[in-house]
Amino acid sequence: TSALMAVACGRRLLVPFGGRLWAGRRGPLRSVASAAPLYDVVVSGGGMVGSAMAAVLGHDSHFQDKKIALLEAGPRKEYDCMPDSYSNRVSSISPGSATLLSSFGAWDHVCSLRMKPFRRMQVWDACSEAMIVFEKDDLDDMGYIVENDVIMSALTKQLDAVADRVEVFYGSRAVGYTWPLPSPSCDASPWVQIELADGRRLQTKLLIGADGHNSVVRKEAEIKNIEHQYDQSAVVATLHLSEATDNNVAWQRFLPTGPIALLPLSDTASSLVWSTSHEHASELLAIDEESFVDSINSAFWSNVNHSDFIDTAGAMFRSALSLLKPSGTAVRQLPPSIAEVEPESRAMFPLGMGHATEYVQHRLALIGDAAHRVHPLAGQGVNLGFGDIACLAHHLRAASFNGSDLGSLKHLLKFETERQRHNVSLIAATDMLKRLYSTKLTPLVLLRTWGLQATNALPPVKEQIMAFASK
Amino acid sequence: TARRLCSTSHSSVDPAEVKKFQLLAHKWWDEEGEYSALHSMNDIRVPFIRDTLLSMSSNYQLGSPLAGVKVLDVGCGGGLLSEPLGRLGASVTGIDPLEDNIRTADQHKSFDPVLAKRIQYKSSSLEEIVEESMETFDVIVASEVVEHVADLEMFIKCCSQVLKPEGSLFITTINKTQLSYVLGIVVAEKLLGIVPDGTHEWERFVPPEELESLLESNGFSVKAVQGMLYNPLWGSWSWVGSRSINYAVHAVKPRAQGQHSPAAALPELGAEQPSATGTAV
Repeated sequence: TSALMAVACGRRLLVPFGGRLWAGRRGPLRSVASAAPLYDVVVSGGGMVGSAMAAVLGHDSHFQDKKIALLEAGPRKEYDCMPDSYSNRVSSISPGSATLLSSFGAWDHVCSLRMKPFRRMQVWDACSEAMIVFEKDDLDDMGYIVENDVIMSALTKQLDAVADRVEVFYGSRAVGYTWPLPSPSCDASPWVQIELADGRRLQTKLLIGADGHNSVVRKEAEIKNIEHQYDQSAVVATLHLSEATDNNVAWQRFLPTGPIALLPLSDTASSLVWSTSHEHASELLAIDEESFVDSINSAFWSNVNHSDFIDTAGAMFRSALSLLKPSGTAVRQLPPSIAEVEPESRAMFPLGMGHATEYVQHRLALIGDAAHRVHPLAGQGVNLGFGDIACLAHHLRAASFNGSDLGSLKHLLKFETERQRHNVSLIAATDMLKRLYSTKLTPLVLLRTWGLQATNALPPVKEQIMAFASK
Repeated sequence: TARRLCSTSHSSVDPAEVKKFQLLAHKWWDEEGEYSALHSMNDIRVPFIRDTLLSMSSNYQLGSPLAGVKVLDVGCGGGLLSEPLGRLGASVTGIDPLEDNIRTADQHKSFDPVLAKRIQYKSSSLEEIVEESMETFDVIVASEVVEHVADLEMFIKCCSQVLKPEGSLFITTINKTQLSYVLGIVVAEKLLGIVPDGTHEWERFVPPEELESLLESNGFSVKAVQGMLYNPLWGSWSWVGSRSINYAVHAVKPRAQGQHSPAAALPELGAEQPSATGTAV
């Protein structure tokens, strides 16, 4: 019978859970008395999303008797003093994400360090006059531009505050995961086994994969990932404005090669995110600082891509709209001009999109870029991750208060359904926008020109877009 | 020999009923298997027990809301209800007449050191533990059990004996109506296979009125009777107004005779945690 049981344990099982395949390495017949410490939740990946997930659970009184661990491959970074110059990696934080961060005290730290709220977002086309402006009626903050280091500093502080509940393992890369069978029928351990690079082992009732778009957790779980490398790279840099201004507008212009965005950091500085072809990106990094600044100003101000046809068609449409909406569309503002770039702040990284077909399996949940990767043109990347955290924490809280096994697929599927519904539409819309704006072909330019102008004239539609994006 | 109210020669355990569960003793923990309806019943019966107990207590910790509560799970089977109650902090004793069930339950809890300590399983009938457990438990849970016992009145008397004064008794069972025959036996067992064929006998079903009067005549005060309904499409349970098929009962044992002080029914939840970590929020 033990031979039979060994076969049963080693065999891959097809479970009728909507056709979900139980793939991945299954545990061999393992003795029950294994010395590996058992955790209730292990978060793999100590970036912004992984750290925030661990902090949210650690600060929640429902989990005060649970053992939580965070695995981070890199060393512990000290963020005691922020350098005077701004880092070139920044994120646009939505009000929803700010609410999540303040729920466990991290937002206070962010505010006391530095961040820039913005009230307005102007997005316009390089091939036409079409423009759309987003702003809240009450001129409330639409979002916040925060350096990633500032967020990490706040998260690290809040993790330290609950060090008795959340164990953080720095310099600990996970090299192998072993998944349990869904229904325990033999002597094998029902928990997820994690093997670290230094040979240490951990066991957990629930593994949360937050290890980025090249997620090892996702690969080991053999979850199919729909991915696509864009033929674009993003160039980032910290820029100094020509003159100090009430810098509370986020600017984005769609060039045929890709969108260029200016995100406010302070009254005199802004962050650049310029998505363009790989060749152009390398060129931008190679040229001298003055030429670099000239390219940026030209990208925002030049009208070389306009054509008379499109301009006329656009003007006609705009007059038609103003018949319906006499109040007209918002006034076009001009973006600030750039004086210089912060030395050594230019960098580039490749762009792609990705979406995991499953976010969850028995005892496993993926959050953040491990589950979905999006183009930065919508400024949503990390906000989707924070949204994942809020949703997963909610379901885990309910499961814990019901005495359920935290790794049970029942509540994990609820998390997956809720988030996929939200994320898929946003990722698809972002991808579509990226493709729509990557061309100079007249019919498509006309389509997007009219589309943008029409949307700009419809406050209810804009409000819906803003509400969706600020979750 | 002392005359006990519940003698083992006249037991509430029916051997024929016990035999029905023998074959499925290994299937308890397959969430998609024969016992899937019982697994999903946890989604309503655990909150029912938890919220009722919390409403009767003055303070508790969110992490272990039932800490310090001693629970007896009668007819625990594979431990499907014992484990969630244990995770909520309660000290659970699970008893079942079938040894194979207890073996399955013990094996399943053994992997979790916290549960292994909080839950104790015993292969025994209710009568057999009465003598050593007089007025020991704060809570008794008899879920999907009373429709299988041979002598319901004796079962209730034994419950009363092992329950502390002002302790709570939770029962879930099936009503004896035409509807419960059609849906509970014909559809659930013969047609859809929600319940293994032959598990239930309609003759044994207990109408809530009969259960209520038996409880009241044995000193219990019935606090709540609530209908439950299973939706086979979604595999989920919900609370409903009608008690025609499934229903749940909460009853409380009266305060001990001669006591005037209105002592709280339960110990201060959260006060007796041996390994309390962190500060109460």
